[in-house]
Amino acid sequence: MAGFDKVVGCYEEAMAGLEDGMTVIAGGFGLCGIPENLIAQIKRMRVRDLTIVSNNCGIDGFGLGILLEDKQIRKMISSYVGENALFEKQLLEGELEVELTPQGTLAEKMRAGGAGIPAFYTATGYGTPIAEGKEVREFNGRPHILEQSIRGDFAIVKGWKADRYGNVVYRHTAQNFNPMAATAGKITVVEVEEIVEPGELDPTQIHTPGIYVDRLIQGSFEKRIEQRTIRSA
Amino acid sequence: MALSREQIAKRVARELKDGYYVNLGIGIPTLVANYVPEGMEVMLQSENGLLGMGPFPTEEELDADMINAGKQTVTTLPGASIFSSAESFAMIRGGHVDLTVLGAFEVDVQGNIASWMIPGKLVKGMGGAMDLVAGADNIIVTMTHASKNGESKLLEQCTLPLTGAGCIKKVLTDLAWLEIEDSAFVLKERAPGVSVEEIVAKTAGRLVVPDHVPEMTF
Repeated sequence: MAGFDKVVGCYEEAMAGLEDGMTVIAGGFGLCGIPENLIAQIKRMRVRDLTIVSNNCGIDGFGLGILLEDKQIRKMISSYVGENALFEKQLLEGELEVELTPQGTLAEKMRAGGAGIPAFYTATGYGTPIAEGKEVREFNGRPHILEQSIRGDFAIVKGWKADRYGNVVYRHTAQNFNPMAATAGKITVVEVEEIVEPGELDPTQIHTPGIYVDRLIQGSFEKRIEQRTIRSA
Repeated sequence: MALSREQIAKRVARELKDGYYVNLGIGIPTLVANYVPEGMEVMLQSENGLLGMGPFPTEEELDADMINAGKQTVTTLPGASIFSSAESFAMIRGGHVDLTVLGAFEVDVQGNIASWMIPGKLVKGMGGAMDLVAGADNIIVTMTHASKNGESKLLEQCTLPLTGAGCIKKVLTDLAWLEIEDSAFVLKERAPGVSVEEIVAKTAGRLVVPDHVPEMTF
């Protein structure tokens, strides 16, 4: 690696430095736009006691769900979980902790974390169980709760294309949480379907500027579909 | 007769206006998209980051990178846009979505809504529901009026943990269209063949019944 070239040679190098007890922020919504090979690498590394910040926790046997198999996750910070039986089992047996967070608040926690904003007020969740213990303040006659932002030791991100400098473009709704996750990691690792040379991507169309990206790798993706809904032609 | 799922969707669709940006929740609210009045343009927002959602894809159009908030594969319509989750919730929390339709377990006369958590049962999460109810001005809750055991879901005070406080003004059940005003449900319309007496009997929260309650027609 030299200069702004973020490309690493292998998945071991991409996730080097990940240790037990770290916090990992992951992009993706359901199984759409998840960094599936980086997740598989975390499984191979056998690191434990991870806090994972991700909207969902994959399904049994795919996505973040595979990290449950060897009980590598201690805590999930998510808006919606429970698509997987293993998650439910570990939660009920007390082996796994979950901090449910409204989806918009979760996105904003990542965005604010990456932008150096330590906390923000929101009306979302006021009067609900998630407001318990949180500071309340009125703005414009309406109560809001104080939510703290999130940063991760690592952020793992799935893009579509990137140039070697780490400028990333996402494809369709595989964008979801990925751009916020990318800003919020001390070390941000992006895997993409195609790496091109600097200058090949239109600068006006970049979703994640390379300044946020530390390591970049090209992978091949299964892209499993969670709910295959079809209309007849 | 209580309204069918399709009739509930049809009744909600009458609240649509030309040029509305609309977020439809999972379940019955999704069906509203089938009853957009002729000649009216409505754009559907899906909170995973899509505005201008189209129908399910054909086999040829199927794309793993193109889903809605229910994780179903979908398509885009001409004029659609795709963006991040933060952008999506900026639209929702910033009050830019014209109408939100979602389901609930309970609502009460203070406009509180409970829709995500039943203590003792596994809690899967609130997804985007707390953001949607806190961010939208115009919300329609669709639900059954009473449980299978006949217990009212329109209450003086919600018994389940809330999704949002004081944010609901319009409720469509299988029996009636109601609006919440001055700490009471006001009965605005009743389902065809459903008596005011039945609605009164199945509404636990304070209910205001005007002299004339029109019957919905389909």
